[in-house]
Amino acid sequence: MKKVNRLITILIFVFLYIPMLVLIVASFSSGKDITEFEGFTFMRYAEVFRDRSLLGLLGNSLLISILASSIATVFGTVASLGIYSLKPRMRKTVMSLTNIPMTNPDIVTGISLSLLFVFVGSKMLHQRNSLTFWTLLIAHVTFNLPYVILNVMPKLQQMDHSLVEAAMDLGCTPVKSFFRVTIHEIMPGIITGAIMAFTMSLDDFVISYFVTGLDFITLPVEIYNYTKKQMQPKIYAMFTMLFLLIFVLMVVMNLLQLRQDKRRKEAKQ
Amino acid sequence: MRKNKSLLLSGPYILWMLAFTLIPLCVVLYYALTDVETGKFTLDNMQQLVQYLPAFWRSILYSLIAAVICLVIGYPVAYYMAHCGPVAQKFLYMLVMLPMCMSFLLRTLAWVGILQDTGIINTLLIKLGFPHEPGEPVINLIRTPGAVILGMVYNYLPYMILPLYSVICKIDNRLVEAAEDLGCNGRKVFSKVILPLSMPGILTGMTMVFVPAVSTFYISNKMGSTETILIGDIIERMFKQGDNANMGAALSLLLMVLVFVCTGIINRFGGDEEGSVIV
Repeated sequence: MKKVNRLITILIFVFLYIPMLVLIVASFSSGKDITEFEGFTFMRYAEVFRDRSLLGLLGNSLLISILASSIATVFGTVASLGIYSLKPRMRKTVMSLTNIPMTNPDIVTGISLSLLFVFVGSKMLHQRNSLTFWTLLIAHVTFNLPYVILNVMPKLQQMDHSLVEAAMDLGCTPVKSFFRVTIHEIMPGIITGAIMAFTMSLDDFVISYFVTGLDFITLPVEIYNYTKKQMQPKIYAMFTMLFLLIFVLMVVMNLLQLRQDKRRKEAKQ
Repeated sequence: MRKNKSLLLSGPYILWMLAFTLIPLCVVLYYALTDVETGKFTLDNMQQLVQYLPAFWRSILYSLIAAVICLVIGYPVAYYMAHCGPVAQKFLYMLVMLPMCMSFLLRTLAWVGILQDTGIINTLLIKLGFPHEPGEPVINLIRTPGAVILGMVYNYLPYMILPLYSVICKIDNRLVEAAEDLGCNGRKVFSKVILPLSMPGILTGMTMVFVPAVSTFYISNKMGSTETILIGDIIERMFKQGDNANMGAALSLLLMVLVFVCTGIINRFGGDEEGSVIV
């Protein structure tokens, strides 16, 4: 049985990675289309750095996802503290509100926000261009918030609240006891939430596609525009570089974590 | 004091979520119930929904098939991962996560390159000497329902594997041993112990594959034909090309209700379990 499972696992990983392999091979091809490999070249990589439009778009994506995930992390952590001490019935209501963007299809979230912005912008504020950088940021913060809340809330429930009381008894103000005690206890939740929010934001296409205006475009949205028109092979080079970057980052993070686990084990012994 | 503090901290968040999740849905309802040109109240959009029902059924059918395929092929992977050593587990987990971080548009486009008439598979088959009419592909892969479902399975498979993995990891091995001691064979241990205990993961995985798949518009646009048009395509066209935001709003509303009902049914299978696992 184990052999069968292993075989299936290998096949599935091949299935998951074949398209990426195709894109990586295409990034070194001098042919125009993905399917024809004509000759080996680094030209596509030079193009990415020569004309800076792709790098600019990547910068836009990074800007929006860093801003949105940081705002959502701070805002969401503060909100979790409040939600935690609400009365049970109220807390349940707020949590179902939190779940709306998680359970709704992205396309519905995107459309509802875009209709809201257009409605408020054109009918109430009489602006011609109601979709801007700011509306995009609001949308990203909105779909990032649940990731932070859903990761921080369980940590708040698990932590030992007598620690906070002890800190207060020893003369800490509520704010001080938060920074001295609570934040350390819930830190893993905050970090996981922030990372999830950041990656969701960076890779988001569907919601951004409906909410973005003409003056501020992110990389996924522009890739979509490219796939509708003539595909530009330099995008494959960009893909390959991002793939390598994320791969290396993930390996490093895993190695660090493994080392930390090992140390903790040794410390226990 | 306590009450004031909790409202002070959660109040801004509640207001934010009301303003940017609940009110937008009310705006969708407003658009769905008004006329494109005059802006007056009308039920026309709602009545016209009937003509889009085939696309709705097709979307639900395709994404359910995709979710079931993901479950069938994802389960052995998750099971195998959960029974690897700690280092291998971390590495495999990373390999499942990695595709989720890369542009799904480009990865879908790569499938088009693999499957299309002049694509990699057909070129290979021709080189291997398979018979074909000149100018015709050996096998017709792209623009079929199968291609759309393949695209869905490919894109959303990690959303199935990860919740399954985290649930299978938590299964207490002593339960398996106890079942074995009491005379269960391998198959029975699986059906009586492991499968029921992985139910929450199965439900979460099904929902996490089904919801994005049923509302997708890019996959069907690139891999499908006019006969496999899905509801997401129609909604996208209404907003981006058709300039009929009101009809699009009515369609989105129906899509939302359908997704709500379908995920409700999927979670019903789990009985009274909470059924939600955060990955």
